[in-house]
Amino acid sequence: MSVVDFETESPAQNPRVAELRPDCFHCGVHCRATGFTRGEKSFCCQGCLTVFELLTENGLADYYQLNASAGVRINGPAKADQFKFLDEPTVRERLVDFRDARITRVTFHIPAIHCIACVWLLENLFRLKPGLGQSQVNFPRKEVALAFDTVKVKLSEVVALLTSLGYEPELKLSALEARPRGGGARRLWMQLGLAGFAFGNIMLFSICAYLGLDTFAGPGFQKMVGAISLLLALPVVTYGALDYWRAAWMSLRQRLLNIDVPIAAGIAAIFAQSVYEVVSGRGAGYFDSLTGLIFFLLAGRLFQQKTYDRLAFDRDYKSFFPLAITRKIGRADLLVGQDARQRVPTNEETISLAQLAVGDRLLIRNGELIPADARLVSGPALIDYSFVTGESEPVAKKAEDYLYAGGRQMGGVIELETVKAVSQSYLTSLWNQDAFRKGKTGALNTLTNKYSQRFTKLVIVMALGAAAFWAVVNPAISLKAFAAVLIVACPCALALAAPFALGTGQRVLARRNVFLKNPGVLETLARVDAVVFDKTGTLTAAGAGAVRFHGAALGETEATWLYSMTRHSTHPLAVRVGESIAGGHFPEPVRSFLETPGYGMEGSVAGHEIWMGSAAWLEARGVVGCRRRGDEVQTISASQPKHLETPHVVSYGETGSVVHVAIDGKYRGGFALTSALRSEMDQLIAGLAGDCEVALLSGDNEKERGRFAALFGPGARLLFNQSPLDKLNFIKRQQVAGKTVMMVGDGLNDAGALKQSDVGVAVVENVSAFSPASDVILTAGMVVRVAEVLRYARQSVRVVRWSFLISAVYNAVGVTIAASGKLSPVVCAILMPLSSVTVVAFACGATTWLGRGLGGVPSRARLGVPIAAEVWP
Amino acid sequence: MIVIFLLIPLSIVIAAGFLAAFIWAVRSGQYEDTCTPAMRLLLEEAKLKKPETAKNCLSKGGFKRLAQGGRRW
Repeated sequence: MSVVDFETESPAQNPRVAELRPDCFHCGVHCRATGFTRGEKSFCCQGCLTVFELLTENGLADYYQLNASAGVRINGPAKADQFKFLDEPTVRERLVDFRDARITRVTFHIPAIHCIACVWLLENLFRLKPGLGQSQVNFPRKEVALAFDTVKVKLSEVVALLTSLGYEPELKLSALEARPRGGGARRLWMQLGLAGFAFGNIMLFSICAYLGLDTFAGPGFQKMVGAISLLLALPVVTYGALDYWRAAWMSLRQRLLNIDVPIAAGIAAIFAQSVYEVVSGRGAGYFDSLTGLIFFLLAGRLFQQKTYDRLAFDRDYKSFFPLAITRKIGRADLLVGQDARQRVPTNEETISLAQLAVGDRLLIRNGELIPADARLVSGPALIDYSFVTGESEPVAKKAEDYLYAGGRQMGGVIELETVKAVSQSYLTSLWNQDAFRKGKTGALNTLTNKYSQRFTKLVIVMALGAAAFWAVVNPAISLKAFAAVLIVACPCALALAAPFALGTGQRVLARRNVFLKNPGVLETLARVDAVVFDKTGTLTAAGAGAVRFHGAALGETEATWLYSMTRHSTHPLAVRVGESIAGGHFPEPVRSFLETPGYGMEGSVAGHEIWMGSAAWLEARGVVGCRRRGDEVQTISASQPKHLETPHVVSYGETGSVVHVAIDGKYRGGFALTSALRSEMDQLIAGLAGDCEVALLSGDNEKERGRFAALFGPGARLLFNQSPLDKLNFIKRQQVAGKTVMMVGDGLNDAGALKQSDVGVAVVENVSAFSPASDVILTAGMVVRVAEVLRYARQSVRVVRWSFLISAVYNAVGVTIAASGKLSPVVCAILMPLSSVTVVAFACGATTWLGRGLGGVPSRARLGVPIAAEVWP
Repeated sequence: MIVIFLLIPLSIVIAAGFLAAFIWAVRSGQYEDTCTPAMRLLLEEAKLKKPETAKNCLSKGGFKRLAQGGRRW
């Protein structure tokens, strides 16, 4: 709590000054203050100006030519020792990729990377600091890989340089975990290249043989072709098909018949038959079909492996916690610690979260996350728990109150004393639930594997049948017929159907901002028969509701005063009120500004005393006539979530919050803020009604029950005051009742439910934002399209079934020929690629065509429609 | 037409050269990020001069060590 004078240039001297002010040359933000200019270029703040000077002095001014106003806005200067904790050996060793006496390599995730100028600047970083080496940007991943001289440069200096340029690396607790190596795709590319190389070359030689053109060169030609084909096919069968051998072996050991078993059997049969033919000089074998088959299978695998680099589907709480925290050093520490000699003027230090111990004093600034359960020592706190509990309004706390990890401080600096370790805090205890220990089953019950079980048995019976028949009729071709059936029945097309159909479906959905963790999620989506929604942030758009002033209409001057006031607060309600009245006003200077977190703010604008805040606060100051509903205070205190016991002090209207305003001690009116329901929600519920059971789970209180009851209809279950654990258990109960449950949520409070559900759908405002672990990530605008996404999933699975049918027809034809003992390499070489290509073309074509019917991202979605219309008295 | 016995192995050798180029491309990580190089192409050659320090670091067997120790190299 502090009294501050804010001086901004008065528009009275020049009423058009706001329009004359240009945008910042560095970051493009409209310049509010003056004085930051170089030549004709203006800057919005000292930070942007400093970066500009740094870049131009080092010959990097081209940055601005590549993309005008490309810069990232600088949020205040970095403190000298802010990143000192990175030089701690324990932290550093886990962060860097490679380090020896001369060179260190490190990879940072930098969310601010957004354009070509960023790539250029980050790859020219070596010009700014001696000792820095080559850097390489991976744009889709928003990562930069840096090399620097271990002796000359410290890791903390690199991070400080990046931060000073506006490219602050993301330093979250999860960065300390061992990171998975991304070698899978690389090997697949290698296998695919090898198979393609062998397939193309063998096919070229074989064509001569098929067309009867090989007679000119005599019998030696066929021998040579056979030998070369064998040599080319050998690495493909051993290295290229390695994954199939392994998978088949695994499934046999587990006594399961998945799709890999008949594939491996087919490959083995073709290879054995071909080697026999070449070695014995009877023919050139089926090497062209064999390599072609493996090539198509690997292509399908690569197609299926498409991942979205910028999305992370497997986040846990560690991705949300910062890597570092500000610790306050007590006087005793200063005396015993090494720093005592150096007489450090500051009594704060930045330490890594891993070093945090119970009993430490922490400083949490505006917008920072509370890392561990703690006791509030000083400073009135206003904690936003929306991420943890789903409550939409921040909670005020006073000294000695208990604070739960995961809350975000809004307002001034507070001091905490940690009570529990990070790993034992309230938020992290959610991750100890069973749901987080086991992976989702799925690989075993896929559609393909279900079909292949029946298919494999059938093939074995037919192969044995053909062998037995010919053993009686003509023993000479008995073995050949047996091998031929296995060759032709090799379920290449069957194995390709699902990867290509579902993979295409995944891409079609991705174009509409619905991102699936893997194509297999579509199969589960098709089975969904219960949909559970979270409220805050999912059905209602966060911070996008209507703001309505109740009372005699505000004049232009009054609106300017109120706007000037709101600019000095970071309270979410003040920000929203400010945005609603900002249009065209230029702020006036505010004197004696004082914000009392949880109550309101006061200040003097143009000689008028202005109070904005809760009704109780205004009344306590003698303001009369605050219009408030009689029941509002009771409603709030009765419906507090059990684990957060302090009552709200922000007052509510029936459906939202109200910011009351008094000017010069006289009541002026109130801004009613309502949470906005996303538009077209009624259509979504109607669309789901036929196929799915719908439910609502909210961590918020019951103040909006009426509205949602009307929206969801009589059949739906609406549960309020749900803790994260309640949500998880609700999903579990549904699953026990035999439902396939899809959970749609957004915050950490839904993390348990998302993980427990069969399909967890995380809703994000933009795709680079944080989202809890989930199977599907969709942008907020697409929530209203969930019913269509489900329908599309069902259609895609139908396409897979049709593809199975097509492949079955080809197999039936092939097996008939094979069982009659007449399978020639030519027939095989035509039939196999033909069936694969038909199935792939059908699967991709049909899913793409069906995807046309899928609605696009609705344009109005982000704005939303207020649910609480005009209810305020 | 006996020359065909020479030409076919020769063609295989040439094709193997392309395969080797492909394998080198995959191993050097060119298939991991197919987006950024496209952007880099638009930046002028002169501006992308390799830094001195990196050259020094990487010349004396540094690259090989990086390939073993580094994640993405």
